[in-house]
Amino acid sequence: MKDKLVITSSPQFHNGDSTLTVMWSVSLALIPALVWGVAMFGLSSLWIVLVSIVSATFAEFILNKIYNKSSLWDGSAFLTGLLIGLNMPPQMPGLAWIYVPLGASFFAIFIVKGAFGGLGNNWMNPALGGRVFVFFSWTKHMTVWEVPMLDGVTGATPLGAVKSGLLGYSGSANNPLSLLNEVRDNSISYFDLFLGKIGGSIGEVSALLLLVGAIYLIIKKIIRWEIFASYLLTFTVFIWIFDGTRFGNGLFTGDILFHLLSGGLILGVFFMATDMVTSPISAKGMIIYGIGCGFLTFLFRVYGANPEGVSLAIIVMNIIVPIINRYSKPRLFGHNKKELENE
Amino acid sequence: MKLKSFPKGGIHPPHRKNSMYSKDDLNATIPSIAIIPLSQHIGAPAKCVVKVGDIVKEEDLIGESVGFVSANIHTPIPGEVIEIKDVYLPSGRVSPAVVIETKGEFTRLGKPLEVSSWEGLDKSELVDIIKRQGIVGLGGATFPTHVKLTLPEGVELEHLIINAAECEPYLSSDHVLMLEYSKEITTGLKILKKILDPKNIYVGMEVNKKDAGELLTNTFKEESLDASVVLLKNKYPQGAEKNLVRAIIGKEIPSGKLPLSVGVINLNVSTVYAIYEAVCLNRPLVERFVTIAGGAVKKPGVYRVRVGSTAKSLIEECGGLIEEPSKVIFGGPMMGFTVFDLDVPITKGTSGILALTKKEVNAAKTTNCLKCGRCVDGCPMGLLPSKLYKLIDHNKYDEALDEGLNDCVECGSCAYNCPAHLFLVQQFRSGKSIVRRSKGAK
Ligand code: SF4
Ligand code: SF4
Repeated sequence: MKDKLVITSSPQFHNGDSTLTVMWSVSLALIPALVWGVAMFGLSSLWIVLVSIVSATFAEFILNKIYNKSSLWDGSAFLTGLLIGLNMPPQMPGLAWIYVPLGASFFAIFIVKGAFGGLGNNWMNPALGGRVFVFFSWTKHMTVWEVPMLDGVTGATPLGAVKSGLLGYSGSANNPLSLLNEVRDNSISYFDLFLGKIGGSIGEVSALLLLVGAIYLIIKKIIRWEIFASYLLTFTVFIWIFDGTRFGNGLFTGDILFHLLSGGLILGVFFMATDMVTSPISAKGMIIYGIGCGFLTFLFRVYGANPEGVSLAIIVMNIIVPIINRYSKPRLFGHNKKELENE
Repeated sequence: MKLKSFPKGGIHPPHRKNSMYSKDDLNATIPSIAIIPLSQHIGAPAKCVVKVGDIVKEEDLIGESVGFVSANIHTPIPGEVIEIKDVYLPSGRVSPAVVIETKGEFTRLGKPLEVSSWEGLDKSELVDIIKRQGIVGLGGATFPTHVKLTLPEGVELEHLIINAAECEPYLSSDHVLMLEYSKEITTGLKILKKILDPKNIYVGMEVNKKDAGELLTNTFKEESLDASVVLLKNKYPQGAEKNLVRAIIGKEIPSGKLPLSVGVINLNVSTVYAIYEAVCLNRPLVERFVTIAGGAVKKPGVYRVRVGSTAKSLIEECGGLIEEPSKVIFGGPMMGFTVFDLDVPITKGTSGILALTKKEVNAAKTTNCLKCGRCVDGCPMGLLPSKLYKLIDHNKYDEALDEGLNDCVECGSCAYNCPAHLFLVQQFRSGKSIVRRSKGAK
């Protein structure tokens, strides 16, 4: 008995969650969206995701050797690789399907994460960092969306098509979807957007399956409502107020549904912005951060040069998290001067 | 009805209050050998007044209080002093202890006790009795009660708050006590009312003890005592002094101050019962209610236990172990102490003996902090535990103090939820003690 009893400082028990369960649960929650992407876009997309995961894990292995740590199986490297893969376009020319995801994963693990001391110390979401890195390095490969596997799927992503469609446009479409259907051969509906029968990154297209994963994580209390709720709310409010003006409809006519269902918003809101390590630490801070993400996403989407905006918005907010943390501390118990003076 | 609570933080660990008790068989077996530590309270250890070979009668004084913050120690059994030795306390500290082997006759056990009237006694006489009988706070802090009851000159007491929250998982000793001894508790409160003359008396408990609350409310009415039961949300750490006071009277005890600064004195409900026994039955504190529970225990139960019994004997009382425990804990799982064998004796401050299985403990490998913010959510004091942890890790004690290190009440809410399994509370404890030592050196 004596040598089996453990001596520890209190508390003596735990709710049972660990870094391991957190990371693997998030990965698990992304699997349905991955399966959909592969079914939609073909096996080539699966190879891209596998390259991402294997290279991220390999990079983590090297880091483990250098720092003499053992974080290989905590799931974080796997998750980074998976997220990078899901953010890749489904097909790439030549050998790009190897070096682009590999470049993104290496950058994510070695530079974004490793250089700052490993998991928990990075200030930017590694997967997003990796994605942006390859986006600027191989922009051409990262913006190819020629993957007509299903009826109704052609060419650019819906957001991209709307953006380019609006340039010099003088037709009568007064919302993004009808504009989209005017400039393309096949028509798509909101339901197609929701299911994911559209072009886009491997893992971002099916809003439905991403939401299934997200709900699982919300139930498991892994992703925080403070972040996704304030993000979504801010984003929809601004889109509703301003986006209609681009179609000449005036204020308060924006097409919320279209924007919610396209351009990787769901993936970004529920799986990237909620990354624990790179979001604020207090509930108050998380709400501020979510509002910032929502506003910037709106801004980049509607007025920016790129059609997307989710990744960039989150990265910009990641950068100012330390400032948010500083100004969103909870009040210390028993330290409120005013309250104490009044007594 | 709206339940009261403290406003920020707190966690919801599983209750697991599944200990059975039987009205007719509350008393645990009397130990044949009692190991009685002389340090069972905060403050200076009692001075031993017996020597090996001495014969003591039941409830005789064996340790004498020294100094202001100290308490008398009595023997729970009659017998012979066979040894005086150092033993490990549950906290891991070492204390001299008197070992007594049962011999001779029990003079009081099993006999009807005469209830003495106390109404004629004045305040200081009552406090004297409480001091003489070695009453200390039974919630776990074991602060000598007579010290608490001695109000500074000219101070009038606003509220007497009785802590019956029992917010730690597994523990149900106070619950059983209230169900079985509501009359006695009421009398104890009357005694306290006479000593302290508070404007209000509140008994705060989590709503999972509603039945005890109703019983007490009725008893107060029957005995015409002006006191009220306040039901609180089931949320840990509802029973931490600062949270309890905040929940009940809505005021925060300022950092570094005593409850008296907001007009409050706080006592545990078991302490009230001990006061009743001391004053009305002329009994010293040699017994208390203890919950024996945890997944490794065959039949979890609540018993009235003599101080000086060992964890081993109590677990046997409950049918023994059905599997190898991973931890044996004195106290609750949130703030209790682990021990490395079962021979550690029960002291006045022991509210529970828990034998937890590996599955209940849920230990896992520590990783880097994920900055998930769960510790921040859980902290009732508004601290940033992850930040404090880092500051102490980097030996930045002054910054840690600025961040409120000394406001940490070591409740463990932060660490309970931490997915990185960081030893947060341990870090804060060691940080505090380093700060204390460096201050002492200056
Ligand atoms: S709960 Fe643990 S992992 Fe999460 S922020 Fe606090 S210390 Fe870090
Ligand atoms: S142990 Fe200290 S830091 Fe942790 S939750 Fe309790 S008061 Fe806050």
